[in-house]
Amino acid sequence: MPDVRIALTVNGEPHEADVWGGESLLFALRERLGLPGSKNACEQGECGSCSVLLDGTLVCACLVLAAQADGHEVVTVEGLVEEGRLHRVQEAFVEAGAVQCGFCTPGLVVATADLLERSPDPGDDEIREALSGNLCRCTGYTKIFDAVRLAASR
Amino acid sequence: MSAPVRKLELGRVGESVRRVDGIPKVTGEFAYSSDLFAAGMLWGHTLRSPHAHARIVSIDLGGALGMAGVHAVLTHEDVPGDKRYGLEFRDQPVLAFDRVRYFGEPVALVAAEHPEQARRAAERIRVEYEPLAPVVDPATAPEAEPIHPQSWTQGHGYRDDPRPNVVRAMVIRHGDPESAGDVAVTGVYDLGIQDQAFLGPESGLAVPDGEGGVDVYVATQWLHVDRDQVAPCLGLAPEQVRIHLAGVGGAFGGREDLSMQVHGAMLALHANRPVKMVYNREESFVGHIHRHPARIWAEHRANRDGKLVCVRMRILLDGGAYASSSTAVTSNAASFACGPYAVENALIESTCVYTNNPPCGAMRGFGAVQTCFAAEAQMDKLADVLAIDPVELRLRNALAPGDTLPTGQRVTGSMPVAEVIRRAAAIPVPGPEPLPRDAIRLPGGAGNTTRGEGIRRGIGFAVGFKNICYSEGFDDYTSARVRLFEGAGGIPMAEVHCAAAEVGQGVSNVIVQVAQTELGIEEIVLAPHTTATVGSAGSASASRMTWMAAGAVQLACRAARKELEHRGGSLGDAEIDLERVYRHRETTPLDPETGQVTGERAHVAFACAAMRVVAEVDVELGLTRVVWVGTAQDVGKAVNPQAVYGQIEGGTAQGLGLALMEEILTRDGVITNASFTDYLIPTALDMPAVVADLVEEAEPDAPFGVKGAGEPPTVVSTAAIVAALRDATGRELTRVPVRPDDIVGL
Repeated sequence: MPDVRIALTVNGEPHEADVWGGESLLFALRERLGLPGSKNACEQGECGSCSVLLDGTLVCACLVLAAQADGHEVVTVEGLVEEGRLHRVQEAFVEAGAVQCGFCTPGLVVATADLLERSPDPGDDEIREALSGNLCRCTGYTKIFDAVRLAASR
Repeated sequence: MSAPVRKLELGRVGESVRRVDGIPKVTGEFAYSSDLFAAGMLWGHTLRSPHAHARIVSIDLGGALGMAGVHAVLTHEDVPGDKRYGLEFRDQPVLAFDRVRYFGEPVALVAAEHPEQARRAAERIRVEYEPLAPVVDPATAPEAEPIHPQSWTQGHGYRDDPRPNVVRAMVIRHGDPESAGDVAVTGVYDLGIQDQAFLGPESGLAVPDGEGGVDVYVATQWLHVDRDQVAPCLGLAPEQVRIHLAGVGGAFGGREDLSMQVHGAMLALHANRPVKMVYNREESFVGHIHRHPARIWAEHRANRDGKLVCVRMRILLDGGAYASSSTAVTSNAASFACGPYAVENALIESTCVYTNNPPCGAMRGFGAVQTCFAAEAQMDKLADVLAIDPVELRLRNALAPGDTLPTGQRVTGSMPVAEVIRRAAAIPVPGPEPLPRDAIRLPGGAGNTTRGEGIRRGIGFAVGFKNICYSEGFDDYTSARVRLFEGAGGIPMAEVHCAAAEVGQGVSNVIVQVAQTELGIEEIVLAPHTTATVGSAGSASASRMTWMAAGAVQLACRAARKELEHRGGSLGDAEIDLERVYRHRETTPLDPETGQVTGERAHVAFACAAMRVVAEVDVELGLTRVVWVGTAQDVGKAVNPQAVYGQIEGGTAQGLGLALMEEILTRDGVITNASFTDYLIPTALDMPAVVADLVEEAEPDAPFGVKGAGEPPTVVSTAAIVAALRDATGRELTRVPVRPDDIVGL
């Protein structure tokens, strides 16, 4: 079935994979590269659970073909941990109780890290709008907002 | 393949502590059921019915088997054991034969090396259908041709209804239902089909054990009841089927019924290779049951002083094509129809029917959501007619210990209805927000539809309640096993086994916090949740898991401590390993003719909540914005307060979804909006701040005084939100989700 070889950088490491041309970057990350942290909640760009950074831009990995990522750089939720230390956003999500089932969490963590990179001290409206593409079914978002503010304060 | 054993450092009962699975969930390491991998694994795919109702004329595998990468193509003929399964009644085929009864019903299975190969092979299978007229109107279903000529749900001790397609029809007759009051208000209320819309799709991995048995790693709510349904269908003994909990991406009732468990195991056993199945979102919308849509006719009679005299309600639930847990939902809707109010006279008729609409079953709130929406609208109508403040009216009728429910059950435990009303009403309501403001804080939001003209503010209030734990004579129990041993350096350690499903609600923390509290030692290890090492925990549903797991773990820990004392307080090289079973007080069925209790109680305990909501409505465009929610909830005792607040906030959001946007739409039984593009759930822009006040009044018979916390916020928030919209618009708004057309009056 695989008919394309791709080479890409994921979380700073070079990777190669044989993929089928119809596979999404999400599928390749999860099933070919052993990085299932990015989640498969809708696979049609509606829920943000598969949010990753592609050359520094926040994208839904389900809407990018694996073959399109050839030669590019991807950062996933797994790549936010540095030298065994949690990213401040990851730390804040745990501390604020922003995690329940956790299926939306990887996408929200990546989206929040991206938001704070662009806007270190976002207001409440900005947080809401920035995260409105990431669905969460468990938390009602209250503690997610708490986590974003907590991470921003550090 | 077994999940890693986790060692934890946590607090005791009553302390806010971090989730035991928090770090793996933020780093991406936590293994959900769709993340699993096994060497040589195949991908399973399900071919589903495109019809809501049809006769299967023939199934031609059409060369699917010969396709590259395909290892198995299976139909109903390949089901090794029982051809049907079901949570309460075995009415649902593993794979359809003769007939399909709902859109998306599984017909055939494929396993292939790549998921795309499996999908393409499934497309090659030719199923010839003879479409039949679908039964889609629940009101006339009892006069239609029977969807199940076998009447599976009749003859089980409920009131048998001879009409076709009746799943359960029950009546609660209490006092004198002909009693008249000074005033009466009536209304007819409708609720659409809500979906659990958990984010983690149905998925799992089935691994043959090489000896004819199988291990299934799956996201579910009740491991042992899965096993007890899966094993007979596979023609295997229960111990040959081991169900292990994989990471669960939300549940909310939608994982009580089987999804891929039997299918994955059939493919794995047939191909003799591990098989992974992962539904996509569209498939997930047909892959599980939904919340019952309902039509409710209500009449409330009261005296001038506001005291309720009589409540009459008729509830019609559409159960869809298979029974699932519909019989219990029917009864729950009736049990809680009057709301948490003392009513001396009542006549409640609750009926659930089979149709060819999407099957319905458990969803957070379980019948109480539907009737709370109707009953609270009625209470507001009464308040209006009587010119009594809506909060005051509710206080005058608030149910209290010693009062009798319409089922004749006397309330003996904790029932702080007046307290939650007072506490919710005491939370300061924010004042109107000045204009101009950012469009994101206006109805219509980023759609930029208004600058504030046409916006009206409304405030609503509602109260709701529901049962905790299983009811009506169900043998409801939870097992827990504790192993005490000395770790490195002689440190006392405990390993706790409990099959309670961690679905995100935080029951893992409950287990560990209780063990730490009871044993007084810090080194607690939580063993994997599985059918292989411990007895049943029952279901992570009915707001029961905290209570039941706490009870079982407490019993097992106390027995272990006693055994340790018996051995003189020292373990040495030996270990203590024992299992205990916890049961709550016995319940008994309702009388099938009168709906009255046949013993002391049909429900073991209750939890209530009150909620005030501020909303803004653009009355010209029909757009809404929920501005603020203040709520007080009866939680018994909060084991982990941070998690309890999380349940309240999240439960409120799901009620908001039902109030404003969530509805599965069908045309002749066929779902037309099976995606997150078309089935909308609340986003970060839709949810307001939630101010929650925990009312901690211990439940006398529960371990640590706990109650469940998951369902009451969902029961009450739909009613409270729509009350605020009515206040803003002056319209009746008798249907949820409320559509722009309803607000504008089209």
